[in-house]
Amino acid sequence: MSHALQDQRPAPAHKSAAPARLTRGGLPRWAPAGIAALSIALGCGIGAVAGLASKIQWGLIASILFVVITYTASAVVENRRQAKDRIATSLVWVSFVLAVIPLLSLIWITVSRGLKAFSADFLTHSMNGVTSFEPGGGVYHALLGTIEQVALAALIAAPIGLLTAVYLVEYGKGKLAKAVTFFVDVMTGIPSIVAGLFILTTWNLALGFGPSGFAGAMALSILMMPVVVRSTEEMLKLVPNELREAALALGVPKWRVILKVVLPTAIGGIATGLMLAVARIAGETAPIMLLVFGTQLINGNPFEGAQSSLPLYIWEQYKVGSDASYDRAWAAALVLIAFVMILNLVARGIARWKAPKTGR
Amino acid sequence: MAKRIDVSGLSAFYGTHKAIDDISMTVEPRSVTAFIGPSGCGKSTFLRTLNRMHEVTPGGRVEGKVLLDDENLYGTGVDPVAVRRTVGMVFQRPNPFPTMSIFDNVAAGLRLNGRYKKSELTEIVEKSLQGANLWNEVKDRLNKPGSGLSGGQQQRLCIARAIAVEPQVLLMDEPCSALDPISTLAIEDLIGELKERFTIVIVTHNMQQAARVSDRTAFFNLAAVGQPGKLIEIDDTDRIFSNPSVQATEDYISGRFG
Repeated sequence: MSHALQDQRPAPAHKSAAPARLTRGGLPRWAPAGIAALSIALGCGIGAVAGLASKIQWGLIASILFVVITYTASAVVENRRQAKDRIATSLVWVSFVLAVIPLLSLIWITVSRGLKAFSADFLTHSMNGVTSFEPGGGVYHALLGTIEQVALAALIAAPIGLLTAVYLVEYGKGKLAKAVTFFVDVMTGIPSIVAGLFILTTWNLALGFGPSGFAGAMALSILMMPVVVRSTEEMLKLVPNELREAALALGVPKWRVILKVVLPTAIGGIATGLMLAVARIAGETAPIMLLVFGTQLINGNPFEGAQSSLPLYIWEQYKVGSDASYDRAWAAALVLIAFVMILNLVARGIARWKAPKTGR
Repeated sequence: MAKRIDVSGLSAFYGTHKAIDDISMTVEPRSVTAFIGPSGCGKSTFLRTLNRMHEVTPGGRVEGKVLLDDENLYGTGVDPVAVRRTVGMVFQRPNPFPTMSIFDNVAAGLRLNGRYKKSELTEIVEKSLQGANLWNEVKDRLNKPGSGLSGGQQQRLCIARAIAVEPQVLLMDEPCSALDPISTLAIEDLIGELKERFTIVIVTHNMQQAARVSDRTAFFNLAAVGQPGKLIEIDDTDRIFSNPSVQATEDYISGRFG
């Protein structure tokens, strides 16, 4: 009843928020690309006229111009809201380009310089009998060392990290879980040289073992463990609780629920996290220097005697300071990047292969 | 196969908060009992105490007795895993295991509990899918992932998964609330068939559904938000919907309240 009464009253007059017309002026679709081209041209022009030597300054001028011109054009032709939208979009684009340029130039420099000394021989030979100043020699001993050390480190760190994450997500509560989380966070911040010194004092000095790939692997595993725990933890948290409850309600013991339902559901993400952790430790130099010592010879046994590794090899070759050794350093850098990239591709493959399927 | 459930003086807690207070009721074997009541009155919590799933929730705690025939589920030395094998559960939202095929989903309860021969599994899976009225729709794609089915099919897959382990009691927590009327009808028909073999307890917000499928209906209510839920009355479904003995029940089912 009351509704009907209210409806008869005239609606209170107030300014409507709705626009009078739905159409509006708009920049053409090619506008962002056009403005980008214009601002790059202007940036180069201004840079050349003002005699700025650094191309970085040219680029910065161009990117600032891009943002300003986009905003002005949109504010004039369209309206304030559109202009704000466009300024946000153009800032995102500029940041993206600024972030990608160093990455691309790094890959470009590594590939262009690394290819000089890179060959099948480079991959299959060591530095045995090659003086550092002359060309030739190869990276085989270092590549072998890196693979063995990283594999050993992963063998140590992956199970411990995985089980810690399972504990934290599935079982942990109260003070112990909080303490574990805290120490994992602390471990994330350990500088790699400190991990190296720790193994040096315990394994090498206190227990009296000599330098070996295994000693390096232990230090690397200390660095790898917190990364594995963190990434696995996040992945396990993403598994819906409903799946755990569904399995529990079928009368499945908790450990089997974790093993057969929770872990398989998260395995793609866990594998990716593992590979990223491996990629992180593959480039470590400091603990390797302390513990693996470095050698020019092929040593396939990581438990006995000095080995080499790719980052250490790069550092050694660069230190020599001859043209030939520079080339070798860059080629080794190329091998290291390729190694990490292949690992990443493998991880993505596993993630895609194991991901929960949705197709009909 | 089916067993009687005898609940006496049961209260459930989340931490210090009491969710349901002093509930006593009897559920007859080979019958369908429906729980109705406003949201938050503890129907689902009570249902989850019947197969010890309540304690899976952090802070979940139960006082009182639940007798399954003559065994107390909360007695000393009772293995919650064994309880859940005896009392199966179907959840509100269909939750097939995403990494498993349709076949593996149905076989999951058996496979995760012990060793079965392939031929045995094939037989049980076919029987369970037929029991859930899903066999004809999926028999040609048993190796496809279970998450590729429609919502109604997924829910029937979950029912097949639950009955594959041959429980004595089947608990259903709003099994149709995420489904369209046709899938709902399919599941209601299925409940009618399943009660020949199982004791069924179903939580529902749909009063027509309670009237259609259940033999007995229990009405739950809570005094105010934050107060524990209580069992107001339980009676034959016909009586509850025609001539309930408590005024609050009549108010609720006639839509004057809640």
